[in-house]
Amino acid sequence: MRRAHDVTHRARSARYDFNDPRFPIPYFPALHPMLKIDNLHVRIAGKDILKGLTLEVQPGQVHAVMGPNGAGKSTLGYVLAGREGYEVTQGSATFEGRDLLALEPEERAAAGLFLAFQYPVEIPGVNNTYFLRAAFNAQRKARGEAELDSMQFLRRVREKLQVLHLKDDLLQRGVNEGFSGGEKKRNEIFQLAVLEPKLAILDETDSGLDIDALRNVADGVNALRSPERAFLVVTHYQRLLDYIKPDFVHVLADGRIVESGGPELALELEEHGYAWIKDRIAPGAVAR
Amino acid sequence: MSALLDALAAEFHGEGARREAFAAALASGLPTKRAERWKYTSLHALEQRTFTPSASPSVPVDATGLAGIPAPRLVFVNGRFDGALSDERGLPEGVSLRPLAASLEGDPRETAFLARRFDDTDEVFARLNAAFAHDGAVLRVADGVHGDGPLHLVFLGAPAAADVAWHARNLIELRRGASLTVVEHHFGTGGHAHFGNLLTHVHLAAGARLLHARVQHEGTGATLIARTDAVLAREAEYRRVDLELGAGLSRHELNVRLEGGGARLLANGVLLADGSRHLDTRLCVEHIARDTSCDLVWRGLAADRSRAVFHGGITIRAGADGSDARLSNKNLLLSEGAEIDAQPVLEIHADEVKAAHGATVGRLDETAMFYLRSRGLSVADARRLLIGAFCREPLRAPGDAALVTMLEARVEAALAASVPA
Repeated sequence: MRRAHDVTHRARSARYDFNDPRFPIPYFPALHPMLKIDNLHVRIAGKDILKGLTLEVQPGQVHAVMGPNGAGKSTLGYVLAGREGYEVTQGSATFEGRDLLALEPEERAAAGLFLAFQYPVEIPGVNNTYFLRAAFNAQRKARGEAELDSMQFLRRVREKLQVLHLKDDLLQRGVNEGFSGGEKKRNEIFQLAVLEPKLAILDETDSGLDIDALRNVADGVNALRSPERAFLVVTHYQRLLDYIKPDFVHVLADGRIVESGGPELALELEEHGYAWIKDRIAPGAVAR
Repeated sequence: MSALLDALAAEFHGEGARREAFAAALASGLPTKRAERWKYTSLHALEQRTFTPSASPSVPVDATGLAGIPAPRLVFVNGRFDGALSDERGLPEGVSLRPLAASLEGDPRETAFLARRFDDTDEVFARLNAAFAHDGAVLRVADGVHGDGPLHLVFLGAPAAADVAWHARNLIELRRGASLTVVEHHFGTGGHAHFGNLLTHVHLAAGARLLHARVQHEGTGATLIARTDAVLAREAEYRRVDLELGAGLSRHELNVRLEGGGARLLANGVLLADGSRHLDTRLCVEHIARDTSCDLVWRGLAADRSRAVFHGGITIRAGADGSDARLSNKNLLLSEGAEIDAQPVLEIHADEVKAAHGATVGRLDETAMFYLRSRGLSVADARRLLIGAFCREPLRAPGDAALVTMLEARVEAALAASVPA
C-alpha cells in the first residue's frame, strides 16, 4: 500500500523521465489536450504532404477529419502511429503531454494509441488470438502491469466478442488471413476493443464496406465510446458519420486543416463536395 | 590430392567392392564448384582438413539430449552404434531394426543394398560411404505391418580427442502395404567439428506408407553430408519433413524415384541459416510411372553471414503421363551479409502433366512489421512472429499432430536462439 510520505519522497527525489511509460505524467485534461498536434509538417520521399497541421483532441471526444484524396489523411494516421519513412520537418505532436514523435510505434501503442488500418495486413500462419495476446501483454509489460494468462485473456476476448456481436471463429483464424474487406475492418475494431486504447485513429475504416458492414463496424465503435476514450475518424465520405456521430469535423486539404466545425460541416461537404475548399488552399489564401 | 582423402587412404583397409569404390573416389577427388551439383557449396575448407576414424566403442556421451526421445530408438555416437544408449523396447511385431554392424555379420542377403554402385564422378561422398560405412540402421517392415508410434534414429556428435570422420549407411525398407513413422535426429552434445557422411536408402513397396522426419540440429562446427535415395513402387506414399537448423556445413541430397504408378511424394522442409552456417538442400525427384505426384514445400531463412542453397529439381520422364508436380520455395533474406540461392528446375518429357513451381527470395515485409509494432509488439517479437509464421507451412505436412507439435517446438527453439532480440 502506498502511503502519503512515500509519494512526497518520490516527488522530492525522482527526476521525472517524461518519456518513461512506467511513470505517466499526472494528466490534467484542463491543462493538456490528450492529443495536441501543432503546425506539423511531414515529408515523404522528398515530397511535403502535411504542411502545418494543427489539431487538439480531448478525452471522450470524437473528431472527424475529412478531405479529398491526396490531402494527407492516411499520412496523418501513419505519422501519429510512427511508421518509418515519414520525416517530420517542423512542428510537434504530443500525447498526454509526452512527445509522441520521439516514441517507437510499440511505445505509442503502450501509451494508449491505436491505429485502425485502412488496409489491415494479412499475416498467414499467425493465430489471431495468439497475436492479440502477445500484443496485449507486450503493452501491459511496457506499462509495468501484470500480464494475463491464456485463460484470463480468453475470458476478456469473449466478452469483447459479445459486445461487438462477433462470431468466435475469428479467434482461431490467421490474422486477417483470407478475410473479406468487411471482416478485416471488423477485426480491426475487435483489436481496438481488446487493446482498449485511449485514442483510436480510424483510417478510412469505411472504405470498401457495404452498408451493412459499415453499420456493423460503426456499432462496434459506438459501443467503445467512453468519456475517457477519444476517436479520430479519418474519412473521405460523410456516410460513416451518419453512424458515428462526431463532436467536431475538420476539413483536411493540401496538408492542413482548412476548416473546422460541428457535425453540420460534414453535411455541407456532402452537399457541396470538396470543390469549394479549393479557394482556401490557393497560394494567396494560405498564410505561411 | 587432398588432405582429407590422404588421411582417409591411410586408414583404409577394405577389399573387393569397398576397395573399388574408394579407388573411384580417389580418382575423381572432391567435387569443385565447377561441378554443376556443387556450384554453390565449396568443399575447399573440408578438403584441407584431416580426421581420425570414428572409434568403437565410442566416447562417453552427455545423454541429456536423449531424454525427450522415447524408445524404440537406435543411437549412433559419431556414426557408431551405441547399444547402451539405444533402446529397442516397444518395437512392433514385424518390424526389424538392427545396427548395420550386426547385419554385416549375418546373412549377406540382409546387406545386399550395400552393393549399389555410384557411377557419377561427383558422387564422391556416396563412394566414400560405400568404402567406409560399417554402421547405420537397417530397418525392415514386413508386409502389411503398421507401426504405431514413431521410431527414432539418433545421430549424436560427441566431442572426441580429435575431430572424427564417420560414414554411416541406413536402410529403411517397407514391404507391401506396410506403414511406419521414422524420426531421424542429428545433434551435438558439445563442441566438436566432426565430419559425418550419411547415406540412407528408402525402399517403399506397393502401397507402403512412410512418414519420415529429419531434424538436423548439429553443433555449429559440424560438417554433415547426407544423401537419401528413395524408390517408391505403385501407390506408395512417402511423406517427409526436413529441418535444417544446425551444423556449420550441411548438405542434403534427396533423390526420389517415383517408379510405380500412383506413387506420391510429399516432401517439405525448412532451412534456417544464421551465423556463418552453410546449408545446401538439393532435391531430385523423378516421375517415371504414370499418375505419380510430388508436392514440395520448402522455406529458407538466411541471417548474419550465412548462406542457404536450395535446388528443387523435378524431372517428368517420357511416359509418366498424368503426373502432378508442385514445388513452392520461398526464402527470407534477413541480413545484407547473407545469401540465398534458390533454383527450381522442372524438366518435362511427358504429355498431359500438371506442373507448377515457384521460388522467391524476399525480405521481411515492412508493412507487416509496422502493423505488429503498432499493436505493441517489440521489433524482436514482431520479427520472431513473422519468421515463425513463415516457417510454419512446411511443418504441417506430416498430418500427425504430435509430430507437428515436436517439429514446431524445434523450430521455435532454434528461432528463439537465432533471431536477435
